[in-house]
Order: sequence, then C-alpha cells, then structure tokens
Amino acid sequence: MPADLADRTTNPRPEPDLRIPERPPRQREFVRFTRAQRTLHACMIVSFISLATTGLTLKFSYTKWAAMVSRFLGGFQVAGFIHRTAAILMFGVFVAHIYSLVQMKRREYKSWWELLLGPYTMLPTKQDLQQVTATFKWFLGRGPRPQYGRWTYWEKFDYFAVFWGIAVIGSTGLTLWFPIFFTRFLPGWAINVATVIHSDEALLATGFIFTVHFFNTHLRPEKFPMDTTIFTGHMPLAELKRDKPLEYENLVAGGQLEEHLEEPQPEIVVRTIRFFAWIALSIGFSIVVWIIYAMLFAYK
Amino acid sequence: MALTLLCLAGAFRVAAHPASGPSTDDCLACHGDKTLTTQRGGRTVSLFVDGKKFSSSIHGALSCTGCHADLEGKDLPHATPLARVQCGTCHSDEEKQHAKSLHGKAIARGDKLAPHCVDCHGNHDIVPVKDARSAVAALRVPFVCGRCHQEGTAVMTERKIDQHDILTNYSESIHGEALLKKGLTVAANCVSCHTPHNILPHTDPNSSIARRNIATTCTKCHAEIEEVHRKTIRGELWEKEAHVLPACVDCHQPHKIRNVYYEQGMADADCMRCHSNEHLKAANGRSMFVSAAEIAGSRHAHPRTQATPVSCSQCHSEVNVSHVRPCETITHPVDCSKCHEDQGLQYQHSKHGQLLAAKDPNAPSCKECHGTHHILDKRDPESRTFSTNVPQLCGSCHREGQKAAVRYTGTEHQIIQHYTESIHGKGLLRSGLTVTATCTNCHTAHGVLPSSDPASSVNPKNLPATCGACHHGIEEQFEQSVHSRLVTKTDKALPVCNDCHSAHTIRRTDENGFMLDIMDKCGKCHAEIAKTYFDTYHGKVSRLGYTKTAKCYDCHGAHDILPVTDPRSHLSRANVVQTCQKCHATATRRFAGYLTHATHHDPKKYPFLYWTFWGMTTLLVSTFVVGGMHTLLWLPRALEMRRDLKREEEASRNGENHATGGEEDNHAG
Repeated sequence: MPADLADRTTNPRPEPDLRIPERPPRQREFVRFTRAQRTLHACMIVSFISLATTGLTLKFSYTKWAAMVSRFLGGFQVAGFIHRTAAILMFGVFVAHIYSLVQMKRREYKSWWELLLGPYTMLPTKQDLQQVTATFKWFLGRGPRPQYGRWTYWEKFDYFAVFWGIAVIGSTGLTLWFPIFFTRFLPGWAINVATVIHSDEALLATGFIFTVHFFNTHLRPEKFPMDTTIFTGHMPLAELKRDKPLEYENLVAGGQLEEHLEEPQPEIVVRTIRFFAWIALSIGFSIVVWIIYAMLFAYK
Repeated sequence: MALTLLCLAGAFRVAAHPASGPSTDDCLACHGDKTLTTQRGGRTVSLFVDGKKFSSSIHGALSCTGCHADLEGKDLPHATPLARVQCGTCHSDEEKQHAKSLHGKAIARGDKLAPHCVDCHGNHDIVPVKDARSAVAALRVPFVCGRCHQEGTAVMTERKIDQHDILTNYSESIHGEALLKKGLTVAANCVSCHTPHNILPHTDPNSSIARRNIATTCTKCHAEIEEVHRKTIRGELWEKEAHVLPACVDCHQPHKIRNVYYEQGMADADCMRCHSNEHLKAANGRSMFVSAAEIAGSRHAHPRTQATPVSCSQCHSEVNVSHVRPCETITHPVDCSKCHEDQGLQYQHSKHGQLLAAKDPNAPSCKECHGTHHILDKRDPESRTFSTNVPQLCGSCHREGQKAAVRYTGTEHQIIQHYTESIHGKGLLRSGLTVTATCTNCHTAHGVLPSSDPASSVNPKNLPATCGACHHGIEEQFEQSVHSRLVTKTDKALPVCNDCHSAHTIRRTDENGFMLDIMDKCGKCHAEIAKTYFDTYHGKVSRLGYTKTAKCYDCHGAHDILPVTDPRSHLSRANVVQTCQKCHATATRRFAGYLTHATHHDPKKYPFLYWTFWGMTTLLVSTFVVGGMHTLLWLPRALEMRRDLKREEEASRNGENHATGGEEDNHAG
C-alpha cells in the first residue's frame, strides 16, 4: 500500500461543511399582485407572444424571416393551430379575469359601485386626468413627480387597451376563423375588412406592448432591465414608496401596510422568473425588430 | 393514216406525171428477168425484181420512179448505177431519227458497215411490220440486228461495242426465250429497248437505254413494276433520280436478263472484296473498312422482317459494275433521302439541313445521328435513336460547351441537365418510360428549327399542337381557353405551354415548386392581379411556401381559363360556389363574395377596405405618436431618477456601514 494512501486511511480529511451558509434575513416586500393575477399575466404573455409570432408570419409573408419562422413552427397549418389555441387561451384569460373581478367584488367590496369607483379603481378618474397634466409638467421640468397611486394612468391605459384589443382582434379573428358561419349574415367582403382590421389592430397591439409597455414597466432607467413585480407579485417597500407614494401613504395612514407585506420569493423562484421574463422580453424585442424591418425596409 | 397518206402521195405523183417516166411494167420488162445482174464492188449482184412480190408489198401501188426518183423523165434503158432510194421523202420522221442515230451518224461518217433502211427493211418486198413475212417482224428482229451484232461479224470485230455475245445472250434471256422459243411476239426484242430507228449509245442522255431513261423503257412493258418491286424504291424516283438509284440494268443486266431472281449478295460481295480489309484506308487516312457483321445486324439488313437486305449499291449508288472498281464512278456522298424522301425533305428545311447547305462544318447530316453501316431501328434499345438514348445523342452537340451550345445565343441553357431533371427526363431516364417525351418529340427528329421560325414545332404558334401530340386532352381544353390564339385575337403575346411549364425544366404540377412558381408565371402578364392576390390570405400562405391554399389555377382553372363573364368559366356566377367548395366544402354564395384579389390601396374599387385601412392606420400612428412621445419625454426624468436612486443607495450603504437599522426603521416610521 502506497504511503500516502495509508496516510489517508489512517488520517481521514475533515468532513466538508454542507450546511447552507446563513444569509442575512431578507426584508419583507409589498405584495402588489395575487398569485391568480400573476398566473393570468403569465398566460397572457404566452398567448400574446404566440399570437403575435404566428400572426406576423402571415402579415409579413413577404419577408424571408416569415417563411423561416413558419417553417420552424412546423408549417402554416401548425402555425394556424398555435394561433387559434393561443386565441382560446387569451379568451380564457379574459374570462378568468372577469370572473376574478366578480370574486373580488364578493370578497372585498359591498357593491360594484364601490369596486368601480373606489380608490383602487381601474377606471380613469379626475385624478388621473390631473396626473396626466402633472406628469407632462414634470417631464418638461415644470413641476415635481406626481404622487401616483396604486394604478397610474398609463397602467390603466394598458389595462383597457387589452379590453379593446380582445374585443376588436377577437371578434375579427373569429370572423376569419369561421368565415362560412359569419357570411351567413355578413357580406363576403366583410371577411376582407375583418382581415384588414385584425391585422392592423394586431400590429398596433404588438407594437405597443413591445415598445411602450415594455418601456413603461421594464425598460425605464430606474427599473432597467426589467420589473419583476408582475411575475413575483412582490415589490420592495422602498420602490413602492418611491413609485407609488400615494398608495404607500394611504396604506401607512390606514395602518394596513403590515398586512400587505410578505417574505420575499425564494431566490430560485426569482431566478427562474427572471430567466423566463428574459425570454419573453427577447422575443418581444425580436418581434419589434422584425416589424420595423418588415414595415420600413421590406414593405411590399 | 400515215400509210394512207403516203400511198395517196405516191399515187398523185404517178398520176401527175403519167408520161414523165417509165411505168412499172416498163421497168419489169428488164428487171423481171431473173438473170439480170450487175457488177458492184467486185461482186455480182442480181437486179431481178419480183413483180408479184412487189405488187403485194406495201409499196405495190407506187410506181418504180416513186422511189427511184432519179429515173423520173428518163428514157430506158437508164444509166447505172441509180442513186440510193431516199425513203425519207415519205418516211421523213424515221429518216430524221435514223440520221441522228448511231447508225445514221456512222453513215454520215462514211462507215461502210453502217446500215441503211434497206439493210433492215429490204427493198421491193416490204410489208407492214405486223405482217409475219416482214423482215422486221418481231420474231425476226433479233436476227435482223444479229446479222451485224453477233460474234464474228465485221461490226463486232471492227467497231467498239462493249457488249458481247449479244444475240446468244438474248436468245437465252427471258425475253429471247419468250420470243424465239415460245413465239410470244410481245416479248421484248432488240427494238423494244433500243427503238427501231432512234438507236443511240447508252451514254447519250437521249438514248432509250441511258440510265436516266432505262426505267421508262422497261416500264413500257413492265408497267407498275415498282409496285411489285421493293417498296422503298419509288417508281417515280426510279425514273427521276436514275443517277443515284440503281437502274434496272444494274441488276437485270442487258441481254442477259434471266428468269431468276437477282441475288443482292453478289453485289455486296463485290464491294466486300476490298472493303472487308481492316487496313483499307482512303487517301486521307480514313478507314474504309466495312464490317460485314455490322451491316448484317443493321436495320438495312431487315433482321425483323427478313426482307431482302439493302445492298451496298443502293446507298452507294453511281457504282458502275463494268468497272474493275465499280465504286470509282461514285461522285456524290450517300443520299439517304432517295429512299427516305419525307425525312430528307424535312431535314432540308431544318436548321441542320440549312447549315449543311451553307457548308457549315458543324452541320450534322444523317450519319451524325444515325451512324453509317450499323444503323439500327429506333425501336432497338441499342440504337442511338432509341428514345432513352436521344438526350445523349442530341447532347453530344447541344450539351453546354459542345459545338451547338457554344454558337447558341438563346435563353435555354444547360438543356440536357435540365431535361434530365425534368418530369420528362425522369420519366424517360429514371422510370424508363420509353414513351416519355424526349428531344425529338418536341423538336421533331428531322425538321428541327429554332423556336423563332414559324414553321418550328416549338414555335409558340405550333407549341400547343406539339405538346398536344401526347397531352391531347389538355390541348383541347387549352384551345378553347382565353389564352388560345384561336379564341383571343390580339397583338400581344399569348401564353403557350412553355410559358408556364418551361421548356426543359418541366416539373410535376403537384410538386410544391411548380405550384408556387405559377403565381409568378401568371404574374408575368397579370402583374396587378398577382400583386393583389398576395394581399389576401391565399397569397400570403402561398408566399410562405405552402401549397394548401388556393393558387391561380385552383380558381381560374389551368388550361381551360375563361373570362369570368363566360358561363363556362370556373368563376362564372353559376360555377363560382362550386369552385370555392373544392376547398371550403360548405361554402355558400355569400361566402363566395370574399374578394380574393382585394387590396386596400384602391379607393375606387374597394372603398370600404381603403377607408378601413386608413382608419386603422390613423389609429395606429396616433397611438404610437402619443405613446412614443410620452416615452421620449419620460426618458430624461427617468434617467434623473436613476441617478438619484444610485446616489441614495450609495448613501444608505455608507450609512449602513456606520449605523445598523436605518431602512427598516424608516419604513416602520
């Protein structure tokens, strides 16, 4: 037996320390979105990106990219299947959201009136109008940053843009999906009109989400490169205080802040979330690049 | 008739000068004496005239002076000798012929051996030729001629006459046997071929036995011999083109014509005596060796039908069997068109033929494609012209880089490669379908012409018929369609088969490539309508490279395209729903109202689409302008915030280092 081996057998090395090193306890975070809301948003992302990718292959069929993407997806029939499946998912998200509103009203509000006109309403209010003015003043350096509440006016805009989009794109989409049924009571050229509306409205939605919405929520310098709140549901308290001072103050004043605080998501969850958020962001950016290329450089 | 006239003329003479000369009786007073003789040229010649015979002869009604004109008005006894009787006074045609004939010319030369009228016809006892007693009756002609033209005579020994044993051979020939042994007076005798008075050497083009005329001469009796003879030798060619085809006498030798079939092999054997030598070379070094085995296996040996093989001299005509080297008289190359007349004519008019006529060194003649002695039937797989070998054959010149391809200035390139990959090429070469179109099916084998030539089989005008030779059903449809020049009268170029299907790269129409290309093909002429097609779902999916949506021909038809106003059109009011139902099984009339070529760029034709588009575009642009402006204005403030935030973070981190707690307490507060 070699000397060193004998040495090892007789004098084993010390056991490695396998315990997780203790980290400093993390600060609790403000809970902005419920699990259900986050899930719906995630479904929305999947559905939206699928719809956009598959739909744009048709819209920009004159670019080589479109043919490549279509082939990558397995051909136009598979792409069409994905598009319709994603549309169903989108409708599902919409229905689930309405359902959650009903649930929320039952749970937290006495009446629809209270839900729709309360401080956390998604409907545009007088205050929003004032804040729009104030915001532009702030932009131009003629005033302080407005004291935004739980939902800023641009967030409300995004929210209703989805309603509008689902109504317009959804209805025209169904017309194109079931043309024979719809031409029972619509003229044949309605299909052509539906095509134009569906396609242009989709371009608007895609373009808006992947540029303005991305900037407003993820890319604006103080949040760069992304805001994970919609994925984790959590928002650091400091951020709440800075970004939505009005809400913060309301919560503090009402003494309700504590009940909205939670332990942060585990590190692995945050990392996973970031990973997928990156994918979604990248796809979104690629689609924007594709749109710009197709609209400006290859338009036919 | 002529005879009657002559008699009358004679009678007139006699009557007109009743007392101008001695009467027949006066003459017979002396010449009726059998002992009357005279010395002529050292010989005793009888001057006896048999009055009885004379009076029963054809000339019996004439007086002596009618022929012996120099006794006219003379007293008896007359001076001797008398001048030679001029038969031509009455028989002027015969006289003229005779004067020009071999015999007449010899007389003019002063040839003592040359025969005069009297030498054949006799003198005072001439009877009509039909009369068996006539000296020139059919049965006697061989002997009349044979008097001079037989072995041992002065004529045969002293004059240059190629033929020998003429009389002997004739009498043993089928003609001689028939005449002399069987008494068939219609059998050919000497004058049947040589004519009685117009006898000329066979080298004289006017001779009845010249090569050029011999067929006419023989067919006087052997009418329609060409029908029973080999079919490939046309009777008319036989006569018209005697210089290139063997004449009767090449096979059926004169005077020796036997009652047996001529053996072709004999002549070939004569040729092969020299040409079977493998080392035989022409002066220019070209091998003159001819493989008998090759010929025996060739189409011209008729291996299938077992018919009599074509002999060497039938192609290599102008041979002269009387020469030691019969081929030395050959002056022209082999001319296949003498038998293959139609093909020859086609070739003459073809590009290949034109080049040959212009003495272009690249011009292919028959042998470049068909070979020479080893020509095989085109149905023989070994043949160069067997359908599967044709692309290779044409390719030997038309393949890229070869002599025909380098001088070609058109748009069709790589034709052999393209053809090989085309549906026809695959059908022929991979699937081995010998009925598949090969080069010659479209371009013809012998009448090849550039497509720009109106007579070309691939000229746009003729192409439907050319393709229709196989695709007949398609041609029928096409010729009734709006694209047919039979239907649409226009100056513009109308599409024909190759405009959509191409020429050498024809693909299966159910292949993706073809289906997707077709939009560009139609779009070549229908540019606008093709563009708008791509604005619709059908067009967009097609452009992505998928064929499952409607393409031009799915709605408009492929070959039977008609204007939508035509009730027979696939898109007429009566048919359009059915057309949609091909894909959309439950399509209704209203569904068929979908605008398959709609564009949102045309405010007049599609105002609702136009305004929808611009409405949407306005919405889109304004949303982006507002959103974009909001974002851009926000950016500097946001950057500012970020800087503040960083500063704060640094400050709080520094603070943390100095004092614990801070943040949490702040929040609580």
